[in-house]
Amino acid sequence: MNERTRRLRQASYQAEVTLSSERAALITEFHRENLGRWSPPMMRAKALEYVLHRQSLYIGDGELIVGERGPRPKATPTYPEVTCHSEEDLRILDRREKTPYRVSEEDMEVFRKEVIPFWRGRTLRERIFQGVSEEWKAAYEAGVFTEFMEQRAPGHTTLDGKFYAKGLEDFKTQITERIDRLDFLHDPRAAARLEELRAMLVACDAVIAFAERHADRAEEMAATEEDAVRRDELERIAAVCRRVPRHAPRNLWEALQMYWFMHLGTIIELNGWDSMNPGHLDRHLAPFYRADLEKGVLTRESARELIECFWIKFNNHPAPPKVGVTAQESGTYNDFTNINLGGVLPDGRDGVNELSYLLLEVMDDLHLLQPQGNIQLSRKNDDRFLKAALGVVRKGYGYPSVFNADGVVEQLVRAGKSLQDAREGGTSGCIETGAFGKEAYILTGYLNLPKILEIALNDGIDPRTGRQIGPATGDPREWESLDDAMAAFTRQLRHFVDVKIEGNQFIERLYAENMPAPFLSVLIDDCIEKGRDYNDGGPRYNTSYIQCVGIGTITDSLSAIETHVFEKGEPSMDALLDALATDFAETETLRLHLANHTPRYGNDDEQADGIMMRVFDTLVKTIDGRPNTKGGRYHVDMLPTTSHIYFGSVTGATADGRHKGAPLSEGISPVQGADRQGPTAVIRSAARMDHLHTGGTLLNLKFMPSVLEDDEGLGKLAQLVRTYFRLDGHHVQFNVVGAETLREAQKHPEEHRDLIVRVAGYSDYFCDIGRELQDEIIRRTEHEI
Amino acid sequence: MSSGTIFDIKRFAIHDGPGIRTTVFLKGCPLSCWWCHNPESQAPGPELSYNAALCVGCGACLLACPSQARSFGPEGMQWDRDACVECRRCEEVCPTQAVEWVGSKMGVDALMQTIERDVPFFDESGGGVTFSGGEPLAQPAFLGELLDECRRRGIHTAVDTCGAVAPAVLRAIAPRADLFLFDLKHMDTHRHRQLTGVGNERILENLEWLVAEGHRVEIRVPVVPGATDEVENLDAIGAFVSSLPRPVKVTLLPFHETAREKYRRFGMDTVWPEDLHPPGPTRLEELAARLRGHGVQVAV
Repeated sequence: MNERTRRLRQASYQAEVTLSSERAALITEFHRENLGRWSPPMMRAKALEYVLHRQSLYIGDGELIVGERGPRPKATPTYPEVTCHSEEDLRILDRREKTPYRVSEEDMEVFRKEVIPFWRGRTLRERIFQGVSEEWKAAYEAGVFTEFMEQRAPGHTTLDGKFYAKGLEDFKTQITERIDRLDFLHDPRAAARLEELRAMLVACDAVIAFAERHADRAEEMAATEEDAVRRDELERIAAVCRRVPRHAPRNLWEALQMYWFMHLGTIIELNGWDSMNPGHLDRHLAPFYRADLEKGVLTRESARELIECFWIKFNNHPAPPKVGVTAQESGTYNDFTNINLGGVLPDGRDGVNELSYLLLEVMDDLHLLQPQGNIQLSRKNDDRFLKAALGVVRKGYGYPSVFNADGVVEQLVRAGKSLQDAREGGTSGCIETGAFGKEAYILTGYLNLPKILEIALNDGIDPRTGRQIGPATGDPREWESLDDAMAAFTRQLRHFVDVKIEGNQFIERLYAENMPAPFLSVLIDDCIEKGRDYNDGGPRYNTSYIQCVGIGTITDSLSAIETHVFEKGEPSMDALLDALATDFAETETLRLHLANHTPRYGNDDEQADGIMMRVFDTLVKTIDGRPNTKGGRYHVDMLPTTSHIYFGSVTGATADGRHKGAPLSEGISPVQGADRQGPTAVIRSAARMDHLHTGGTLLNLKFMPSVLEDDEGLGKLAQLVRTYFRLDGHHVQFNVVGAETLREAQKHPEEHRDLIVRVAGYSDYFCDIGRELQDEIIRRTEHEI
Repeated sequence: MSSGTIFDIKRFAIHDGPGIRTTVFLKGCPLSCWWCHNPESQAPGPELSYNAALCVGCGACLLACPSQARSFGPEGMQWDRDACVECRRCEEVCPTQAVEWVGSKMGVDALMQTIERDVPFFDESGGGVTFSGGEPLAQPAFLGELLDECRRRGIHTAVDTCGAVAPAVLRAIAPRADLFLFDLKHMDTHRHRQLTGVGNERILENLEWLVAEGHRVEIRVPVVPGATDEVENLDAIGAFVSSLPRPVKVTLLPFHETAREKYRRFGMDTVWPEDLHPPGPTRLEELAARLRGHGVQVAV
């Protein structure tokens, strides 16, 4: 950081997160005046135009890259046409202790008087809940699954490199040419295509106009600026905003500002999940960087300053908050922009370049909540690159996460992408695989696997409410083997996946028909060529993911049932069911015995891992390949984000000794504390899952900072990662644990038995070492941080 | 195929030789160093470990014990070693694994299965298996077979030894291992006997022979305050190592206190003074410099 970026970072870091009523008010005004005037795509494009022509502009002191989604940094707009916050929501968001969004009196007034009355009964969310089946509602309320689109529009989009070579004027030419080729005589969809394509033209102009407004504002500011240096900068900003996004960028500054306008255009248009990702930023920026350095326009340092100015902009944009919030519920400000570095180029060459390293430095230097980054590690990439990334990991930010680039390509090819599109792909959000710039890969909701087992153990009844929400699959007291248990689980799973997909299909159509995203559609191939919207199958590939949660918990639960009930006959199924129903109130010894004397996932144990593979195989058979409404297919993701906490809270005690309400296992990580054979055993267990049949899996490994402190430790960690990827592992992230966690581990050693600490020239399990030494390490850790 | 007694297997061992390793700990040792980090490694037979922090006081082990070798006292569970018939019922019934038997017989085949689990990690990292202890050479037939099996399967092997073994045993084992991690504690044989229970003549002889025969050796010196860390000792080690027919790398291993808890779990007394603390980085660097003064390559 230099003086400028230090100030900008500090300002972004300290800015209060607020809710802004501006976009909501403009959208409301627009709809009040224009309801019924145009087709849905044109309504959406005109609404975007209305907002971008009017919304407040912000050019911050010292900024080089400009433009905000809200009137100022961290002022977060709402999207009432999708979901409208109630007054109660706004009050809670304003006051809650964790992740609040402050709402000023004036904004509150606008929401109360203008926004809420207009949208009541008209939001897409209300139509979703009116249209889904009773079975869907029962499963949703029981916490069997969640639904992303009841809160936000389908999103999760990552861009490729095309707009670094083409300005929006070039896109408009392409759109116009497509309109010229429309065949009204033979194509029954020609009129619909025309509406969509015309809407795209309006959206392009709207974003160009938004940039021009910034140019005008920068010129006005320059005219009154007394500082000559800043005056030059403002004039430069104006010139850049006149050039991009109308035309293709010619240098690094323009390239960064180009992307930023694409980003703003899409996140103002709709509030898609996981907002927006620039994809392989290192490879997209490298040509501009090289040319600028060659011409002597930039040095490495001044390039870095520009990139840092750009980086900080992401942090100014907290995720739009949910509606229907409760006071206790916390959210996250993270909108999950996740930048990809490294990997392989579309032609198969090593994708690491000098920008990959520079961006790692920027990530380390700024270490903000947003954006987060990851490396796509290919077998073609040097170890030097991996070690540079691990050097950032050891700082304990939790990023960059590390992905298997070759595995990602194989996943994408298996799911039907061309090899070239697959190589241009990568991961975004948390761990989700997609073909950048060519695919809508939509997360549709999390699926609670242990809950489904709980329902199977109760013959279709949710014990929390006593309601019959699944099919009657028989009394478990009559089961004789794991096969019987798996058969009942599989039938329940099939039922809930059917219910989920039925709901998804309905919701998908609602968005396709009512909530097109014409600007985003310009940026994703082949929406223009097809004349179809991003939300309606316009992209070349259209994937729907269902994210399965709690594989560790369900595996260990089934393993406990097999080991103790079926093999040892102690306890009986009846006694086990009783213990689960009472949350082990009178049977604590049994609970501990189940937890400690069951073969558990994460220990490289064939029996436990075999159960995991059976469950996983059932998931793939039940979900993978089923059609969505957009010509695409469903695939499995093994990703929790934070849903394992919510799902845990609605799931009773489980046979692995987990208490009622406690969190489930996350991602494909073992149950917290259940893995006791070290990281190689965790990796062997996790790699028994066939990652290539997923669209991403998430594995967390915990380490103390000291394990990574010297180059030798870093090198061995690199080898650990390489081995996981040899075994087709998809992703790993390192939780470098601080003193607070260690204190927690002292209090609850049973939950942290997998925590490895570096002691003195060697490493050990934290819970296995003496109290004095634990205290010493805690002190040392605090010292380190 | 023979079998042997091991007391632990540690995977992802990253400080016991090159690469990512699996370290197998064999039970039984001819020395009895008072600072020993693995007190359970010394006796050849199985021993009972009791971790009071995990004990919930459910009494399952009391009820299960057929010989009433267990009782409950102010310190938690008590164990009467003489009455115990080693049936291991207590371990089976303990719900939290607070009671664990350490030391089991394992056949070469079973152990090889465990070792082979991490072959992908060995391949990737240039790692392998390290036989440690206790003293692995104290179970030579078992160790020899393991080394042969590893070589047959292309797994790199290291033997972590105290060197206090019959020369014939070492001669039989040496060609079958890829690397020796050889502990050197004190150059003065009287002092060595005081500290470890045996003199150092045979140890030095064995070390010289290994190096002279061209076997790969790394020397490891435990730095124990007041025991091995006198400057004179380091000088003597430096002079000895530099006189060896080939250069050998020396690693200094600082004493650490983790074992205090282990002693407690095995109901053993530690003989450490309460104020014995690990040497700091400055002290280690000082000692390393001393060795380097003799032209020896040193790692800390």
